[in-house]
Amino acid sequence: MTDKTKSPIDRTWDFLCSLKLTIILLLLLAVTSIIGTVLQQNAPAAEYIREYGESNYKLFVSLQFTDMYHSFWFIGILALFSVNLICCSIKNFPRVWKFVREPMLVASSGILKGSANRTEIETAEAPAEAARHLSTVLKKEFGSSTLTEADGKLYLFAQKGIYSRFGAYITHLSILIVMAGAIIGNLWGYKAYVNIIEGTSTDQVVSRSSREPIDLGFTVRCDDFDVSYYPNSMRPKDYNSDLVVLEDGVEILRKRIEVNDPLTYKGITFYQSSYGPAGNPILKLQAKNNATGETADVTVQQGRFAQVADGYSVAVTNFVENDRNFGPAAGLIVSDPAGKQSAPFPVWQRFADLDTKRNGTFTFTLVSFDMPQYTGLQVAKDPGVNIVWLGCFLMIFGSMSAFFFSHKRVWACIEETPKGSQIVIAANAHRNQPGFALAFEELQQKIENDFKNSSQQKEG
Amino acid sequence: MDSNQLFNLTTIVYFAAMVIYFIYIASRNNKIALAGTLVTLLGFLMQTAALGLRWYESYQILGEDGRAPLTNLYESVVFFAWSTVLIYLIIDYKYKQRTIGAFVIPIALFSMLWAQMSLHAGIDPLVPALQSNWLTYHVITCFLGYAGFAVACGVSIMYLMKIGKEEKHQGDQPMGGILGLFPSTRILDDLNYKAIMVGFPLLTLGIITGAAWANYAWGTYWSWDPKETWSLIVWFIYAAFIHARFTRGWVGRRAAWLSIIGFAATLFCYLGVNLVLSGLHSYGSGG
Ligand code: HEM
Repeated sequence: MTDKTKSPIDRTWDFLCSLKLTIILLLLLAVTSIIGTVLQQNAPAAEYIREYGESNYKLFVSLQFTDMYHSFWFIGILALFSVNLICCSIKNFPRVWKFVREPMLVASSGILKGSANRTEIETAEAPAEAARHLSTVLKKEFGSSTLTEADGKLYLFAQKGIYSRFGAYITHLSILIVMAGAIIGNLWGYKAYVNIIEGTSTDQVVSRSSREPIDLGFTVRCDDFDVSYYPNSMRPKDYNSDLVVLEDGVEILRKRIEVNDPLTYKGITFYQSSYGPAGNPILKLQAKNNATGETADVTVQQGRFAQVADGYSVAVTNFVENDRNFGPAAGLIVSDPAGKQSAPFPVWQRFADLDTKRNGTFTFTLVSFDMPQYTGLQVAKDPGVNIVWLGCFLMIFGSMSAFFFSHKRVWACIEETPKGSQIVIAANAHRNQPGFALAFEELQQKIENDFKNSSQQKEG
Repeated sequence: MDSNQLFNLTTIVYFAAMVIYFIYIASRNNKIALAGTLVTLLGFLMQTAALGLRWYESYQILGEDGRAPLTNLYESVVFFAWSTVLIYLIIDYKYKQRTIGAFVIPIALFSMLWAQMSLHAGIDPLVPALQSNWLTYHVITCFLGYAGFAVACGVSIMYLMKIGKEEKHQGDQPMGGILGLFPSTRILDDLNYKAIMVGFPLLTLGIITGAAWANYAWGTYWSWDPKETWSLIVWFIYAAFIHARFTRGWVGRRAAWLSIIGFAATLFCYLGVNLVLSGLHSYGSGG
């Protein structure tokens, strides 16, 4: 049939099944994907306008280039790609399934005469015995063989690696599974973020795409956040957050998360991603009354006053973690019971006694400080992710079996002769013919030697 | 001796191997070809030792934070050279077509030269995002895949050089000259395909391990960033190659060109994205 005589439906079907379409789509995807790697995606409009001008920006928007991987045309190509994959599998699968359902147990004369890999052996053994003998020799290479009797001859058939015929289909199916997993994740999952200040908790996160709040359905508290550094350097080695999951005020789960080690609860995963300062530092001071020698511990946050003793209070005007290599330092002012404020004076954590020289009512010492931080978490819910991994696993498995294994078959026809029997052996593989030709030569040697040896044993 | 010196020595040995392969092509003496392979093997063993040594040194320098030497551009370029030589040696062992060495060893040599001469070779501690075993799996699979494509590209160039002359060549006597020494075009074409068959599943694994890692560290297995997208572009190109070959019989010239284009895309994915596109983006965001 020529194309002209086919109905449009048939022609559409052929087009959707065709491998030409596959190749065109693969190359089209390769070429169009480049756009999004050159043009920044999802940037603010102002940035495109500044870099490319107003009219180009309008063009980009109309072609959906600024978010091209989610554009109608790109998703359209992916959809056509999936249809192609499905149609082609529907068309070709029955042919492959036939290999399983109806193996060719009796070799056609075409195979026996025309195979590239064939050999003939004469033996003194009777056909039945020769068949048994041959099947034991084949067993090691091909597994057990099937014996069939037809038109007065015996036929043997054995095969190996039939699953490799399915490799391509498993691979193709796996691609669809990955896409399905991605769609599920997009429809029923979300990507969000949340910043939690140490010591506080939240039961909402913010969607990354819509910036809308999302209810978690439980509460997450951050007890502590830490950055650890590599020795003698300011390179961060790790960020950790101590997270606690609470439901109705009851602690359910507790975990110290770090980059590359998230926490998951009820399908929602919290990833350590950033951190930052949250409010002014909190200082622990010790105040010693110079007259009585009594000491008092004072905790004060920068910018606030805290009571010391006897109506005196202290405030922190500024704080630095490292004052010219002298370590942490704070500027303090003291307010007396009458409300009169002193001039600001410094204290250093490393030089505790320095403040005695000031001769104030109290001598202050900087004991420790705490910089409150927030921990920045990425939050993801992705019900499709395991489907994606299943697809990935099948893809590896399927492509390995499609590429590196082939379906190998061997047939034998055993015919009675006056001297015993004549055996014709033929074999083929559906891929890697040269490799199989070598393997067949070895097999042929082995069979010939085996038959020769057994006949010598009998004679001897 | 430290690993850096051993890498320098490896580079010199690869240079010697390349020279020997060139002499072989000029002299057509099979003993010289064997010497080329042995010298390549020597270089490979030295490089393997140097990689092990660098791994060990990372523990000496960083204490418990030591790690496999696969974490920055320098280390990846060195590992790429190693993978390429590994795949070449396997092909050499199986097919004994030694002229291929003259086209593949230079790829490893130039990688080593570039790494040793202009990349930062210090062993630095890792930023938190890179502290993951997935990184190791990801880099190993990706780079073995890239190496397969590099070999395919070298073989394709040989194919294109030879086929042009072969078609003009008249008569029955075998072709003379350097090209006469090349493996037959049939073998070259087959090797192109075989190297891609090895590279493609490895790249697939590389993309998957990368996605698994991204998911583990950030909660998104795919975010269409330029690097990810380019690896997918490379994947599409070689998938097209494989299908064109399996069922439409694309062999010879077209297959060779597709293989070269695929490797160009691979190189861009590996280097171009960092050197060209990130420049673009930092310009874009930095104003
Ligand atoms: C990405 C989308 C893909 C599409 C649309 C696609 C489509 C096709 C089509 C139409 C065929 C012909 C089937 C036949 O004649 O039996 C085919 C064959 C094949 N495909 Fe794919 N394919 C895709 C991806 C892949 C991938 C990623 C691999 C490998 C990892 C692969 C491996 C194969 C193999 C091995 C065959 C040959 C089948 C055989 O000879 O039995 N395909 N593909």
